[in-house]
Amino acid sequence: MAGNSKHDEHHIVPVSVYLAVFFTLIALTWVTAWISTVDLGPLNIYVALSIAIFKASLVVLFFMHIKYGTRLTKMIVGAGLFWLALLLFIVMIDIGTRNWIGVPGR
Amino acid sequence: MITATATEKETKNYLNAEHGLKSWLLTQDHKRIAILYLIAVSVFFMVGGLMAVLIRLELATPAGDLLDSNTYNKVFTMHGVVMIFFFLIPSIPAILGNFLLPLMIGAKDLAFPRINLLSWYVYMLGGLFGVFVLITGGVDTGWTFYTPFSTTYSNGYVVMTAMAAFINGFSSILTGLNFIVTVHRMRAPGLTWFRLPLFVWAHYATSVIMILGTPVIAVTLFLLMLERGLHIGFFDPAYGGDPVLFQHLFWFYSHPAVYIMILPSMGVVSEVISTFCSKKPFGYTFIAFSSLAIAVFGFLVWGHHLYVSSQSAYAGMVFSILSYIVAIPSAVKVFNWAATMYKGNVRLETPMLYALGFIGLFTIGGLTGLFLAAMGLDVHLTDTYFVVAHFHYVMVGGAVMGYLAGLHFWWPKMFGRMYPQAWSKIAAGLTFVGFNLTFFPQFILGYLGMPRRYHVYPPEFQVFNVLSSAGASILGLGFLIPGIYFFWSLKNGEPAGPNPWGATGLEWQTASPPPTENFPITPVVTAEAYDYTEILSANAKEVTHVG
Repeated sequence: MAGNSKHDEHHIVPVSVYLAVFFTLIALTWVTAWISTVDLGPLNIYVALSIAIFKASLVVLFFMHIKYGTRLTKMIVGAGLFWLALLLFIVMIDIGTRNWIGVPGR
Repeated sequence: MITATATEKETKNYLNAEHGLKSWLLTQDHKRIAILYLIAVSVFFMVGGLMAVLIRLELATPAGDLLDSNTYNKVFTMHGVVMIFFFLIPSIPAILGNFLLPLMIGAKDLAFPRINLLSWYVYMLGGLFGVFVLITGGVDTGWTFYTPFSTTYSNGYVVMTAMAAFINGFSSILTGLNFIVTVHRMRAPGLTWFRLPLFVWAHYATSVIMILGTPVIAVTLFLLMLERGLHIGFFDPAYGGDPVLFQHLFWFYSHPAVYIMILPSMGVVSEVISTFCSKKPFGYTFIAFSSLAIAVFGFLVWGHHLYVSSQSAYAGMVFSILSYIVAIPSAVKVFNWAATMYKGNVRLETPMLYALGFIGLFTIGGLTGLFLAAMGLDVHLTDTYFVVAHFHYVMVGGAVMGYLAGLHFWWPKMFGRMYPQAWSKIAAGLTFVGFNLTFFPQFILGYLGMPRRYHVYPPEFQVFNVLSSAGASILGLGFLIPGIYFFWSLKNGEPAGPNPWGATGLEWQTASPPPTENFPITPVVTAEAYDYTEILSANAKEVTHVG
């Protein structure tokens, strides 16, 4: 059992890092709200999603400690992201190929 | 069967180590938490079963003479929701997995005992939401919650029911997380990956599905709640949404959920068949990896539920091919179990009867799944009783038969008492006969065109429906009898001894019921799993001695 001896190997993150991440998240929330008032045409969705992904990455890396986690932890996160990518990719296969055979609805 | 003498002194074990309700409700012992799950899951099974009784009574005649349409819709919805989310998904992992995983790997407990208890409380909270819906008026969407009906038209408690399933999902995630960490970090010295029992491999694969798939259904149900409650557009075209997107997201979890139900059963069956043939499972590595292959490929087939929606034919073709591929690892298991029995000394004890039932019924369920994976044939069969029969063959014929096999196999370990063998064999026979009589006619009904989810039907379908309802009463009896003798055995059963079946595996090397700490000394594993040489030579010596 490799249990408790690992506890003392945990990385201690300075409070300043947490504060920096927190204020970045708050600032990006303001940016999200502001950018929604600017019409970027087809880029609207891409900009909004990019900010959201960046914010989520900050939470995962710093607040959830993945940046300092073991390779196994990173692999588990990677597997989750891969599965999400798979879901989106296959759903897009459906949406992208609808109506190809010229029958309405198919 | 080897039983201990009745005079065997009762030792301290997890059941009598502490007393009082508080000691149970605040326990962190994986074995006690498994018993808490056993009680809760059994209650939900009875609730779901009651709904099934109402459905079968209503369908005994072509006219809608017992329930009106709205009530019937609510009854079959609650049957599905309760049976799937609150019985089938937690049954084997949360009861048998919780109890056995640490014992099988020589550990004192799961990696996170508090999270394990939390998972039970979360499950109960989800259950309370479900019971609230049931009492206050129900929901009529079917367990699939398809949009736009669920978001726009249904008058039932959709949000509350979705919330029940949403909360319950977190219980599943916590259990899966606990199992994965436990298998990685808590194995006894010498217990390498390829010495693990196949039950552990099956639960590992199940846990992967639980933690990768369950968040998707949670998010999907959350989106549904947002659209229904706040009119935020995800699925309704009027708000710019796509109703087929709901089906994609729903089935991305709910098809693999079938494997959450069936994979642990397969793990049980591997253990039972090996024990009652006293043989190492044929192709151990293939069975182990086929569990992982099912977990991975099971995630890529969901679109076969969408053939008659507006899903593109090209996506349908990809899903069809992948659905055929997932049959391969399932077939690997069936062939390997058959090969294990070949020339084995098969002992037809009760758990083995259930395991044999599993193989037959799961094979029918799996093969009829291929009919439904064929894009053309599925157009005829979609939403007919053929589909109902198919998934009951997989979920009841497969998952429930495996659950009953496991419960009968490990009951002596869990409670230290045997149950009456004659009655248990009668119950296994009744379950098998009752099941087939209930669901086989439904294949014919479906092929003839009877749609599911209707409580009135043309008179020419009555004969098959009467057969089905008659079979359901036999099946009900087959479920009731074990309930009675399991209760009876708690006080009156013969003491079981540590290893009544002559099985290998670490769980059989400790007392029955096990002590709180599982093993007095952490075991050291020096041999492969399923090494029967010692057990067989001990039996041979016993025979020589008696002779």
